[in-house]
Amino acid sequence: MKPAPPDPHHSDETPGVPGFRTWRGIYVFVFVCFVAVVVLLALFSRYFA
Amino acid sequence: MNTLDWIILLGTMIGIAALGTWRTRHVHSLNTYLKGNQSTSWATIGISVMATQASAITFLSIPGQGFESGIGFVQNYFGLPLALIIVCALFLPIYRRLGVYTAYEYLGQRFDAKTRLLSAGLFLVQRGLATGVTIYAPAIILSAVLGWRLDLTIICTGLLVIIYTVTGGSAAVNLTQRWQMGVIFGGMVTAFIVLLMKLPPGLGFAGAAHVAGAMDKLQAVDFSFNPDRRYTIWTGMLGGTFLMLSYFGTDQSQVQRYIGGAALREGRLGLMFNALLKIPMQFSILLLGALVFVFYQFEEPPVFFNQAEWRQHEQGANGAKFKALDERFNMAFTENQAKIRAWLAARSSHDVVAEAAARTAMVDSQKSLQSIRTEAKAALVADDPRAKTKDSDYVFITFILDYLPHGAIGLLVAVMIAAALGSKAGELNALGTTTTIDLWRHFRPLAAHDEARNVRVAKWFTAFWGFFAIGFALYASFAENLIEAINILGSIFYGVVLGIFLVAFFLKRVGGTAVFWAAVAAQVLVFVLFFSLKISYLWYNLIGCGACVLFSLILQIAIGLREPHAETTSNS
Repeated sequence: MKPAPPDPHHSDETPGVPGFRTWRGIYVFVFVCFVAVVVLLALFSRYFA
Repeated sequence: MNTLDWIILLGTMIGIAALGTWRTRHVHSLNTYLKGNQSTSWATIGISVMATQASAITFLSIPGQGFESGIGFVQNYFGLPLALIIVCALFLPIYRRLGVYTAYEYLGQRFDAKTRLLSAGLFLVQRGLATGVTIYAPAIILSAVLGWRLDLTIICTGLLVIIYTVTGGSAAVNLTQRWQMGVIFGGMVTAFIVLLMKLPPGLGFAGAAHVAGAMDKLQAVDFSFNPDRRYTIWTGMLGGTFLMLSYFGTDQSQVQRYIGGAALREGRLGLMFNALLKIPMQFSILLLGALVFVFYQFEEPPVFFNQAEWRQHEQGANGAKFKALDERFNMAFTENQAKIRAWLAARSSHDVVAEAAARTAMVDSQKSLQSIRTEAKAALVADDPRAKTKDSDYVFITFILDYLPHGAIGLLVAVMIAAALGSKAGELNALGTTTTIDLWRHFRPLAAHDEARNVRVAKWFTAFWGFFAIGFALYASFAENLIEAINILGSIFYGVVLGIFLVAFFLKRVGGTAVFWAAVAAQVLVFVLFFSLKISYLWYNLIGCGACVLFSLILQIAIGLREPHAETTSNS
C-alpha cells in the first residue's frame, strides 16, 4: 500500500520544527528572543559605558 | 593587491557567477524563472532574503558608521523581527494562496488596475534608481582606494550580474546568493579575527570595548524622546517596524525571494531565520567598526580616510595648509594615545579618582583630535567646494588594505563585490518580473498564455534594467549624500505603498477608487511634511501609511461603503 501524499495545507499549519507545534509558538519565541537581544544590548552599553 | 588577492577575488566572483549560469541554463518554466525552483528550502530562502537586503554598502559603510558614530545605528533594525512576524502571519499566506508572481498583482485582484499600476510604478521608480546606486556606491569607493577605473568597475560588475540573472532568473539568484553569503561570512569573520590579533598586546576584546565605551561608541540603545535624534529605540520600534514591513511585505525585490519554495513553511522559516539573525549580524558589523576605531587609537590613522582626495589637495596650490594639518594631527594623535594608555593604567590600578581624571583627559584629547578632522574637512571644502568630505565609507577598506595579510585582502574585496552582486541580482530579478507581469502582461493580455514568450520577455526586461542601472551609475553625477537621499526616498514612498496593502488586507469594504485617491493624497501630504518638518525620515513610513489608511476610510465613507471583498485564487 502506497503512503498517502502529504497534505500541503496540513504541512503549512505545523512548522515542523522540533519543540514547536504551532506557528504562534515560533512567533512568540522569535519575539522573546528579540526582547532578550534588546535587553542584552542595553546591558552591554551600560557595562562598557 | 597582489596575485594571490586577484586569484581569490576573480576565482570566487567569476566562479560563483559561472556556476549560477551553468546550473540554471535550462530554465524554461515561467514559474521557476520568476519564483525559483519548487524545491527551494527555507535555508536558501532565508539566505536569499538576507543577501538581497545586505548590499556592498552594508559592509563598507556600516563599519564606518560604527567607527564614526558608534553602534546606535543597530536600533534602525529593531522593527525588523516584529515586521517579519507580521509578514509571515498575514502577507505571505495571502500571496501563496493567490499564487501571484508579484505583490502588486494582488492589488490588481483586490482593487483595480489603476491601483496595481500605481504601486508597481512607485516600486519601479524607487527600486530602479536604487539599483543604480547599489552598483555605483561600492564602485566609487573601490575604484578610489584600489586605483581601478570607475567606469570599468561599474561595467564589469554590472555585466557579471546581468549574465547569470538573465540566464537563470530567480533560480540563479537563489543559488548564487547562497555562495556569495558564504564568502561574505567567511570574509567578515576573518576581518574580525585579524582585527583582534592586531590590537595592542594585553588589551584584548574587553579592554578594546572599554576604550570604545569610554569614547561613547557603544551606546546601542537610546531611550531619548528627542524627535531630532535619528536613531532611538522609539524610531526603531515604530518607524523601523513600518519601514521593514513595507520593505519585506510590499517591495517585490523581497517578496520574490520568499513566495517560491516547496510550501508556505519554507518561506515562513526563511523569514524567521532573518528575524533572529539580522540584529546580531548588524550589531557585529557595527561592533567591528567600533573596534576599528579603537585600533586606530593605537595605530596612526590618516587625518582623512579618502586618501586619494586628500593627496590631490595636498599636491595642489594650497598643499602647505594640508601638510600643516597632517602635522598637527600627528602631534594630537601621539598625545591622545598617551592619554588612553594613562586611562588604562589608572583603570587597572582601581583608583576611582585617578581613573575619572584620566578619563576626562582622554575624552578631551579625543575631542581635539576630532576637531582637527573637522578642520581638515572644512579645509577641503574651502579649497574646492565640490570636494567630498564624507570619509567614513573609506575607513574599513583602508583598514583592510593597510593591515590585512595578502589573501585576506582579496577575500574582503570579494566580500564587497559579492554583496553588490547579490543585492543587485535580487533587485534586477524583481524589476524584470514586475515589468513583465504588471506592465507587459497587463497591456498585452493575449500573450499571457504563451509561456516561452513570457520567459523571453522577462529575460529582456531583466537585461534592460541591468543596463539601465549601469547607465545610471555611469552617467549620473552623484552627490555624496545621494546614497542617504535614496534611502530617504524609499521612506517617502514605502509608507504609502504599505498603507495600500494594509487597506487591502484589513479594510474589506474599501474599494479601488477610494484607496487610489487616498494614496495620491497621502503621498502629497508626505512630500509637504518632508519639506516643512525636520524629523527623522523613518517617521514618514508611519505618517504615509497612517494617512493612506485614514484617507481611504474617509473617502470610502463619502462614496458609500461597499460589500466586503472576497479573495479568489488565481494564477494570472
